[in-house]
Amino acid sequence: MQAVKKAGLTRRERMNIVKGLLFISPWAIGFIAFVLFPLVYSLVISLFRYSGMQAPVWLGLQNYQRMFTDPLVGTSTFNTFFYTILAVPIGLVVALLLAIAMNRPVREAPLYRTLLYLPSLVPAFTIAFIFIVLVNPQFGIVSQFLGLFGVPATNYLGDPTSAKWVIIMLAQLGAGNAALIFLAGMNGIPTTLYDAARIDGASKLQCFFRITLPLLSPTILFNLITAISGGLQVFTPAYIMTNGGPNNGTLFYMFYLYRNAFSYAQLGYASALAVALFLVGMVLSVVLYTVAQRFVNYEVGA
Amino acid sequence: MKSALSMEPIEQQDLPPVKREGYKVSIWQKIWDSIVARIFLVVMSVLFLIPLYWMVATALKSNEEMSVTPPTFIPQSWLWENFVKAVTIIPFGTFFLNSLLITALTVIGTVVSNLIVAYGFSCIQWKGRDQLFYLVLITLFVPFPIALIPQFDLFAWLGWVNTYLPLIVPHFLASAFSTFLLRQFLLQIPQDMLDAARVDGASEWRILWTIVAPTARPALATVAIFAAIGAWNDFMGPLIYLQDESLQTLSIGLQMFRSTHDIQFNLLMAASVLIILPIMVLFFAFQRFFIKGITVGSFR
Repeated sequence: MQAVKKAGLTRRERMNIVKGLLFISPWAIGFIAFVLFPLVYSLVISLFRYSGMQAPVWLGLQNYQRMFTDPLVGTSTFNTFFYTILAVPIGLVVALLLAIAMNRPVREAPLYRTLLYLPSLVPAFTIAFIFIVLVNPQFGIVSQFLGLFGVPATNYLGDPTSAKWVIIMLAQLGAGNAALIFLAGMNGIPTTLYDAARIDGASKLQCFFRITLPLLSPTILFNLITAISGGLQVFTPAYIMTNGGPNNGTLFYMFYLYRNAFSYAQLGYASALAVALFLVGMVLSVVLYTVAQRFVNYEVGA
Repeated sequence: MKSALSMEPIEQQDLPPVKREGYKVSIWQKIWDSIVARIFLVVMSVLFLIPLYWMVATALKSNEEMSVTPPTFIPQSWLWENFVKAVTIIPFGTFFLNSLLITALTVIGTVVSNLIVAYGFSCIQWKGRDQLFYLVLITLFVPFPIALIPQFDLFAWLGWVNTYLPLIVPHFLASAFSTFLLRQFLLQIPQDMLDAARVDGASEWRILWTIVAPTARPALATVAIFAAIGAWNDFMGPLIYLQDESLQTLSIGLQMFRSTHDIQFNLLMAASVLIILPIMVLFFAFQRFFIKGITVGSFR
């Protein structure tokens, strides 16, 4: 009994800790194997030349130095930022507009909800194949449609910039998913707030900017962070549609990392690239989260 | 926290009483509102569905019709045998069964492991539980590429490359997203009910399977569906770990259409339709579970 008192825990409490830990042990093993170990291992391996076959050779920080002189790191970083900076805000605005429209008194809203969500179910590799067909100058519908406005049939995947735009547009098909998240957030806002504001003479626009947007801010932050994280990892469409081309125009960072790891067998260098991506991703998330604390409202105040 | 702050201007603005009549929205205003919203939604729905329509339309075209410019919007040939060709030109049946096997095992692993872990994070009261759960939440935001190479080396060292184990085993070790979703649900189960069972001498393991699991069925369905779609649609996993053609999944198998010199896009689209079909069926059969899974992000 004395010993128990010292620890400040009763026998029952200690039993519960043991039970709790037993139940969460699958997660703990997964955490160690797939989060903790990879972090440490990546850091270590990034300091070596390592092909996976031969014994690793110590390089110190040379892999990191190499990143700054490797022109393809520059190209792939530029491509990834180009994609993320455009695809993420466009995606958020499209999703928000869709949610606002679905939140109007439209009787058949559930139908739109279903239709707009359908493309989110289609895997990225299939969407990529569909887009190859869609933007094909010969049998695609995009060139034909733009032809109505006098735009000549163009191979949009044949130019580094327009190929990136095709992938940005392709990503917008997933907006239905974020729209539903926004819609759920909007439904969580008490209608009494709007009633009160309207009685006080607030216009619709004021209601949106002073009630909807602030109270939706946690949801927006969540979507923003997941979208940026996804944007920095864009890979599949470029792998299937353009194989990184033309002229490395769709060689995204993740794609270059993949090539170094699995095509060039440069696991050390690829690990350095992964560590850098990890740091950028985490720093971006933390900065966003911190900055957002000034704007985000986590409670519906009364 | 300070949401009241953002509303202050409205409250303080002491507007003239005349404006207050604006609260009563006329019926015309309402109709106008819904018309603009409707037009926008219809246009967007059409835009979102054109790619899917074009996939089906292209799948039904003949090779001759594929070379017609401008392309026909409605296929003239309606070649249903394209679907038969598509599944015979590549070993579609093998790929399909492989995908199905991986998906089924992934679903079982995800449901069982996440239920057990979520139970530990919600139904048992223990010191440090909620602090540890923060760690789970943080891992939701850990970018996955950092794990790519270490995991590959780990599985290579275990001799698991070119088997299904790297694609399945991790799912038996719970995941942040599913644990989070299930925990949200399990926290709503009244603790009294569980305590009553404990007083009656039931073990935690028994409570989990006889009381909690049946109650949590809707949440488990949500987790199962998202696990199924994730596994069925997975591209990077099979790309990295599977080498033998006989082991390939549909996601990689589709690439085989490209290895031939000129791609037969109509057959490629026909195969794509067949890959998407099971997911669509799942979606329409279990729509209500979807909404729950998607909107997890709207929890604060």
